[in-house]
Amino acid sequence: MKKDFQVEEIADIKKAPKRLAFIKNRSAARVKREDENMVMTFPNLVVKEIIAFEVMVILLAVLSLIVDAPLEWIANPEHTPNPAKAPWYFLGLQELLHYFPPVVGGVILPTVTVVALIVIPYFKINIKGEGLWKEHRRETFLTLVGAVGIVSLVLLLFKVYAMLMPTLIVTGFMLAPYFIKREHGFIAWLGHRPLSWWVMTWFVMVVVVLTAIGTLFRGPEWSWTWPWEGIY
Amino acid sequence: MKSLWQRLFASQVWRSIFRHGLPESNRTRAEAVFYNFFLHIHPTKVRKRSVKFTYTWGLGGLSFGLFIVLTVTGALLMLYYRPSVPQAYWDMKDLQYVVSSGQFLRNMHRWAAHAMVAVVFLHMLRVFFTGSYRPPKEFNWVIGVVLLVFTILLSYTGYLLPWDQLAFWGISVGTNMARAVPFGVGDNISFLLLGGNIVGENALVRFYVLHCFVLPVAATMLMGIHFWRVRKDGGV
Repeated sequence: MKKDFQVEEIADIKKAPKRLAFIKNRSAARVKREDENMVMTFPNLVVKEIIAFEVMVILLAVLSLIVDAPLEWIANPEHTPNPAKAPWYFLGLQELLHYFPPVVGGVILPTVTVVALIVIPYFKINIKGEGLWKEHRRETFLTLVGAVGIVSLVLLLFKVYAMLMPTLIVTGFMLAPYFIKREHGFIAWLGHRPLSWWVMTWFVMVVVVLTAIGTLFRGPEWSWTWPWEGIY
Repeated sequence: MKSLWQRLFASQVWRSIFRHGLPESNRTRAEAVFYNFFLHIHPTKVRKRSVKFTYTWGLGGLSFGLFIVLTVTGALLMLYYRPSVPQAYWDMKDLQYVVSSGQFLRNMHRWAAHAMVAVVFLHMLRVFFTGSYRPPKEFNWVIGVVLLVFTILLSYTGYLLPWDQLAFWGISVGTNMARAVPFGVGDNISFLLLGGNIVGENALVRFYVLHCFVLPVAATMLMGIHFWRVRKDGGV
C-alpha cells in the first residue's frame, strides 16, 4: 500500500520546533520512555520558590528599615523645581527629549521600541540562532558597517553622544570576530552570537546609559552635573 | 505526640481540605501539586534543567512575589489615604509621624514598586536571552510585554498619589510628553488622563482609581493568562 504521508525525521530539535505525532487507534497518547532528568515539583521547585520569596521580603524589609521613601513639600504648581524630573524609568526618555524634538523623543521612539519588542517572536528568520559571521561574511560586514554608519551619522547630527558611544562599543565587539579569528575563548564566543542577540544587547546598553545619565548626571537646566556635585 | 499528628492528618476534616496524605512518596508529592489550587499551575514533574536557579533566576516568580507584596502593603496604605487635595499630602505626613509603622509600610510599598519595574524588565531580558519566546510561546511574550507596560503604568500612577513636589512635577513632565502626540491626539489623551489641562484634584482621583483598581485588576487577569500559557506551552 502506498503511504499517503511522509514523516521527516530531524535529530536537531532546533530545526524542527514543531512535531507531528501519529497516534493509532486504541493507543494512549503517551511517551513510554522516561523523560530526561525529571524531578518532582514538590518539594524541588516549590521549596525554591518559597525561599526566593522569603529572601526577597527580608531584603525589602531591611531596605525599608534603613532607607525612607522620599517626601518633599506639598505640591505647588507655582514653584517649578529645576530640573523637574520624571521617575527614574522615564529618565531615559526624558534624556531623549533633550536631543530630539518632542514627537521623536516622546512619541515615535517609545512607540517603535514597544512595537519592536512585541514583534520579536514573529521574526522567523534564523530560528537556529546561528552566529552572525557563520555565512556571507563579506556581505554581513558591508551591511553592518553601512547600517551603523547611517545610525551614527544621525546620532552625530543631533549630537546624541549618549547613544553614539554604546552603539560604537557594541559594533566594535560585533566586528571583533571578523578581524580576529579564534577557535576558543571570548572572541570565538562573540562570533557565535546571532544578530538578534546583538540588537537586544545594543538596546539594553542604550537604555541603561540613557537612564543612568538622566538619573545621575543631569542637574539644573538639564546641564551635565557630576554625581558628586549633587544628584537632582 | 507522633500518633496525635498522624490522627490529625488522617482525620476527616484534614482530608476534606488536603485530599492526599503527607508528601512522603512520589505519588503523594504529585498529588500535593495536582490537588492544590495554588500549585496546580505547575506540572507535577519538572525538568531538572529548568529548576536550576541560574536558568531563570526566579525573575518571573519574583515579579509575581513583588506584586503580592505591593497588593498587601497597598491595601493597608489605602486605609490611611484620601485621594483629595490637600488631604492626600497630610495623610502622607500622618503615615510618617502618627500611624504605627506607617513610614515602614510606605517604604516597603515604594521600594517594592521600584524593584518590580527592574525585576520585570530583567525577566524580559532573561526570556529573550534563553530564547524562551520562540514558538509556541510567541503570544505569551506579547502578553509579557504588555505586562511590562502595565507595571510601568502602575508605578507611574502611584507616583502622583503622595501629592508632594516630586509627585506633582514627575507627573507633569510625563503628561507633557503625552502632549507631543500629533494631530491634537496628545492633548486629548492628556486631558482624559488628568481630567483637565493641568495636574489637579481630578488627576489625583483618576490616578488613584487607575492605580488601585483598574490597572491591578487588568494586570491580574493578564497574569492569569500569562501563567496559564506558560504551563500549557510546557514551561515550569
